[in-house]
Amino acid sequence: MAETTGVTAGGALAAGLSRDQLHEIYYYLQLTRQVEQVLTHLYRQNKVIGGLYRSLGQEATAVGSAYALRRRTDGTGDVISPAIRDLGALLLMGARPVDVMRQYMAKGDSPTGGREQNVHFTDYDRGYIGLISHLGVMIEVMAGVALSFRLRRQDRVALVYAGDGMTSTGAFHEGFNFAAVQRLPLVVIVENNRYAYSTPVSRQTAAASFVDRAPGYGVVGEQCDGNDVLAVYEMTRRAVERARAGEGASLLEVLTYRRKGHAEHDAQAYVPAEELAYWEARDPIDRYEKRLLEEGWATREELDAIAGRVAVDVDRAREEAEASPMPEPEAALHGVYGDLPVRRPWTRAAAVDPHNA
Amino acid sequence: MATVTERVHSPRERPEHVRHTELGKPVTFLEAIREALWEEMERDDAVFLLGEDIGVYGGAFKMTDGFLDHFGPDRVIDTPISEAGFTGAAAGAAHMGLRPVVEMQFMDFVSCAYEPLTNYIATSRWRGSGPMPIVVRGPVGGGVRGGPFHSQNPEMAFFHTPGLKIVYPATAYDAKGLLKAAIRDDDPVLFFEHKKLYRAPALREVLPNEDYVVPLGKARIHREGSHVTIVTYGAMVHESLRAAEQLAAEDGIEVEVLDLRTLLPLDDDAIVESVKKTNRLLVVHEDTRTGGLAGEIAMRVNEKAFEWLDAPILRVTAIDTPVPYSPPLEDYFLPQVGDIVTACRYLAQY
Repeated sequence: MAETTGVTAGGALAAGLSRDQLHEIYYYLQLTRQVEQVLTHLYRQNKVIGGLYRSLGQEATAVGSAYALRRRTDGTGDVISPAIRDLGALLLMGARPVDVMRQYMAKGDSPTGGREQNVHFTDYDRGYIGLISHLGVMIEVMAGVALSFRLRRQDRVALVYAGDGMTSTGAFHEGFNFAAVQRLPLVVIVENNRYAYSTPVSRQTAAASFVDRAPGYGVVGEQCDGNDVLAVYEMTRRAVERARAGEGASLLEVLTYRRKGHAEHDAQAYVPAEELAYWEARDPIDRYEKRLLEEGWATREELDAIAGRVAVDVDRAREEAEASPMPEPEAALHGVYGDLPVRRPWTRAAAVDPHNA
Repeated sequence: MATVTERVHSPRERPEHVRHTELGKPVTFLEAIREALWEEMERDDAVFLLGEDIGVYGGAFKMTDGFLDHFGPDRVIDTPISEAGFTGAAAGAAHMGLRPVVEMQFMDFVSCAYEPLTNYIATSRWRGSGPMPIVVRGPVGGGVRGGPFHSQNPEMAFFHTPGLKIVYPATAYDAKGLLKAAIRDDDPVLFFEHKKLYRAPALREVLPNEDYVVPLGKARIHREGSHVTIVTYGAMVHESLRAAEQLAAEDGIEVEVLDLRTLLPLDDDAIVESVKKTNRLLVVHEDTRTGGLAGEIAMRVNEKAFEWLDAPILRVTAIDTPVPYSPPLEDYFLPQVGDIVTACRYLAQY
């Protein structure tokens, strides 16, 4: 691929990234947005079983940060735990759009077999661990993942995403303090998107910013514009390098904005219209496109080709996910324990006998 | 998991206080647990310990005394006071193939880790996030004047959670064998150690020098009898045995004492078998009455052996209050041998 302007050492154009890498970032920004657009259609067709959680307007925080990680498919790379709006990070780590759609549609061949929903799923080979709905526990869990890296003398890094609401939990503190004290290779990214469901940040904390907590934990803290994908990438890369070098945990804050309600049902009546307009004008994908074009890092044709490729990939994933079967009911019984069966309802047996209750 | 950690300290001879069994000497309940921990850490580098004051200080009950020197700070981790934090961290380590053993300084504090245990750890395998080879162990129980927050029996707060296993041993032999089984189990296990048994002289016994495990989910008959079955666990096994001796001597009532050893999963077969033999059932637990294990056991016997019962199923339990501190209050709170004797007499005469 031809490099036109701004070439630095080793073919890097910006933030130490090559033209191909800059285009790859664009691919994942587009992929995130388009997967969610398709999910929105599926939701409106009642094909999404539960809620739909959009990351519209904050895709750059997820994609830019995860791009700073060592991504592998054999279980030797870095490990993330996404928050609900980090679909972009999950896709970047190697999650397939079809699996995300199957999760939302509660299909039997989804990664959790229909037991769990949306981005709540795990792949240790690709390096992501599904969150649960109780906020804060993933900080503790990912501190433990980072602990395992240290015990095994592996130069791997754990990265965990937190919404601004999650920072208010006791679990956030207990998990992060443990990582800080143990100087574990953990990066915590607080995605300050201004709202936790309907609660604004001003009702979540009295502090001016979340990154102010970093010195209180004795760790390095950094903050950046979360709608600038390259700024997010660079800030995360620095934290990842510190972690890999044995310099312990970091607390990062990205300033972004949630342009949809908490979930698709939420019309976000609590949000002033001018606030939405302000942030729509600062859309991270539009901004990145503009930058790519202005700097000559991409042509319009190249970007259109990437977006077109994404559209094909996403449509194929949708077709595949829609064709997937729903789970067999009795599959609910399996996998609670490694070695113990769960009893079937005795009233549904062919020979009804309460002795088998 | 082969080599997980680099030993900070080179392997060397075990210190004196974990060599009693090796030397053929009797061990206390506490020493049996300590030996199990030590031997499992020697056997498997993936096993490591997390907890408050377990390293430099050796644990509030000195359970892990000497472990830090031998196994090093990577595998014996003194944590901040944060039961949820280090229990959640244990989950992360378990995801990556390690086998954490978490100490609650007192099991009363496990309530602080209820969230990671019940929501995250218990559901991990079922959610497709893989097995959770974690043991959460620590001292439980009353009778030591510990007051309301150092005396609890919190087993039933977890009994209702699919995915967890709960073990509550009553003898040194079982404590060692069950803890080894728990550490080797791929599911999360809560391991309850009655602190009154820790150094009880009567519980000292010589254990087999060879490696052994006691399988989870299997009850054991401590005393055979034909008139009444007592199903119990933990320290109440010993109170029940005392009651049984008294009943045999004074009334000629032969009581069968069944020690559950594992509460989750319950050994239904052993309970039902004993009930079919004696036709009378008393459940004894140190835990409080409402929502206690007796209710679940009664229901299961009702389902499986109703026709075999000659009397209602009865229970002797603690009263439905927090655990009081003052001796007269705590003695009133706890089930006593006399209560068990009274209940058995009632059943035998029914």
